[in-house]
Amino acid sequence: MNLVFGIALTHVRARARQTLVAVAGVATGVGFSIMMAALLQGSQQDFIRQLVNAMPHITVSDERRKPTPQPSETFFDSAEIHGLTPQARRRGIKNPLATMASLEGWVPGAVAPSVKVQAILRYASRDVGASIVGIEPRRESSVSDLPKQMRQGTLAALYRATNAIILGDRLAEKIGARVGSNITVQTSEGVRVNAQVVGLFHSGVRSVDEGTAYTLVKTGQILAQQTGLVNEIRLRLGDALAAPETAARIERETGYKSVAWQEASEDLLNAFVVRNIIMYTVVGAILLVASFGTYNIISTITHEKARDIAIMKSLGVTERRVRAIFVIEAGFIGFAGALIGFALGYGLCAALGMITIKNPFTDVTRLPIAYSPVHYAMAAAVAIISSLAAGYLPARKAARLHPVDIIRGAT
Amino acid sequence: MPLIEARAVTRILPGIVPTTLVHDIDLAVRPNEFLAITGPSGSGKSSLLYLLGLLDLPTSGEVLIRGRATANMPEEERARTRLETLGFVFQFHFLLPEFTVLENVMLPMRALGSLSNDAMRERASALLSSLGLAEHMAKRPDQLSGGQRQRVAVARSLANDPPVILADEPTGSLDSKASEQVFGILRDLVDVYGKTVVAVTHDLALAARMDRRVELRDGTIVADERIRTDASPAG
Repeated sequence: MNLVFGIALTHVRARARQTLVAVAGVATGVGFSIMMAALLQGSQQDFIRQLVNAMPHITVSDERRKPTPQPSETFFDSAEIHGLTPQARRRGIKNPLATMASLEGWVPGAVAPSVKVQAILRYASRDVGASIVGIEPRRESSVSDLPKQMRQGTLAALYRATNAIILGDRLAEKIGARVGSNITVQTSEGVRVNAQVVGLFHSGVRSVDEGTAYTLVKTGQILAQQTGLVNEIRLRLGDALAAPETAARIERETGYKSVAWQEASEDLLNAFVVRNIIMYTVVGAILLVASFGTYNIISTITHEKARDIAIMKSLGVTERRVRAIFVIEAGFIGFAGALIGFALGYGLCAALGMITIKNPFTDVTRLPIAYSPVHYAMAAAVAIISSLAAGYLPARKAARLHPVDIIRGAT
Repeated sequence: MPLIEARAVTRILPGIVPTTLVHDIDLAVRPNEFLAITGPSGSGKSSLLYLLGLLDLPTSGEVLIRGRATANMPEEERARTRLETLGFVFQFHFLLPEFTVLENVMLPMRALGSLSNDAMRERASALLSSLGLAEHMAKRPDQLSGGQRQRVAVARSLANDPPVILADEPTGSLDSKASEQVFGILRDLVDVYGKTVVAVTHDLALAARMDRRVELRDGTIVADERIRTDASPAG
């Protein structure tokens, strides 16, 4: 066996108990880091899943990101135009049926049209502003979870009455309406429609529950005073993560503003970045603390072995090899700690995964745990690198020991 | 050519009050001589031995090994020169406690790394057997007596078959019987195996049985006398 390796192994064996404590320190660090990472990422994935399920993956609206360029701007490199009144465009996506048909042709997922109108709901002399979304109930289930979010009534009930409306539960509470109530819907253009509440939904997102109501597309078009109007196409994709690319392509092809869910909930995703930074900091700190244990034991060993180091150096073992001995010992502690930490981390994750949480609105859920090899690799890498660093410092000091100082001191 | 040569070697320990260990030493160790370095304690005998053995570096002056200057050698090369040319025996055995006797003797061979594992094992056991330690090879150093340990240390110093053995009070911590045994081995190394031995001792009776005696006082050589002129062919 290699000299350096043999000596390192002998030291570790001779200090079995101390080594075990250091290994346990690293293992605990690695185990808990894995658990933390799994829990945090699990809850994050769970949250995103809910978010992604609750809303369409891509919303194509009849807006444009930039004003249409003036003809002179396309002809000349630079043109300055003063005093133009912006052209008032006719609302709605042009030729919605053709647009939808073309989207359905290539987008991997479902497409549903809708009409969005701002209106005031009035009931028992209470007025509340809300977005009225005209939908096609049959298509709706393929792009959103609205059917599952119904607290009272069903989507199909929209067909049952003329001007049927489904309210967010908080919205209904605000105006004091219940299922069966007849409310008045009035737009800023002065259109007034009487509608019957046929259902209530609860999405869990407060702003939606407080300010959204669903009707049939036709009712929406009446409110907007425009037959055949579709001003929003919503899509749900097979792969939610592909939404930004698909949205960009739709925007390129149709010219309409297409917003992927990632863009729509940018602030939330940014919050996750902050959360991840916090997570990695805490995980790093745990492992750093564990590496102090490694530093401690390697320091102790080098201290105890000062005489042996002097002997080895006097016999002609080079500084580099003396250093290697202790770095290998530290590496061993890091490696063994990582391996045991894997088992510990997996066990903790499995145990946490069995904990159930009761939520008054949803079914009983388990703690969301994400099992990812990345967590294991990351924890092991940090543990081993910090162990090596922790071993290197005392090893370097030990290797620099002057043999004569020790030999002279011993006599 | 002398095996080891010191030229105007001075070693000063730095500190608040710098201590001069040896001062302006000129000394040539010739092949196949048994050289005693004597002197009262604190006279710099051991310091001189460490300087000759490249364990310590002179503050000024130069130590040459087989005519090669060593002051500016890189650490790796100095370690190699030491492994190939010099063997050390200290007052205390300085064996590594976690390793068996055999492994301790193999250590310098492993550090040099020019032999195969089997060859190292064979050579180490041959050395130990020749020093009468055949049955102790698998033991650990703390299971041996003082004399036995010192003989293991001698075996270890011979591991890479160096031409020079440097010994620092090799019999200093032994009783008279063990001491006699170890001295006999060193004597044989010179007379039978043609090695060169430089031994630091404060025991004048022992020094008298070597070939040449260098006496130090306050870090300088005060006497350099030949005791047995017949043993060494060199002048």
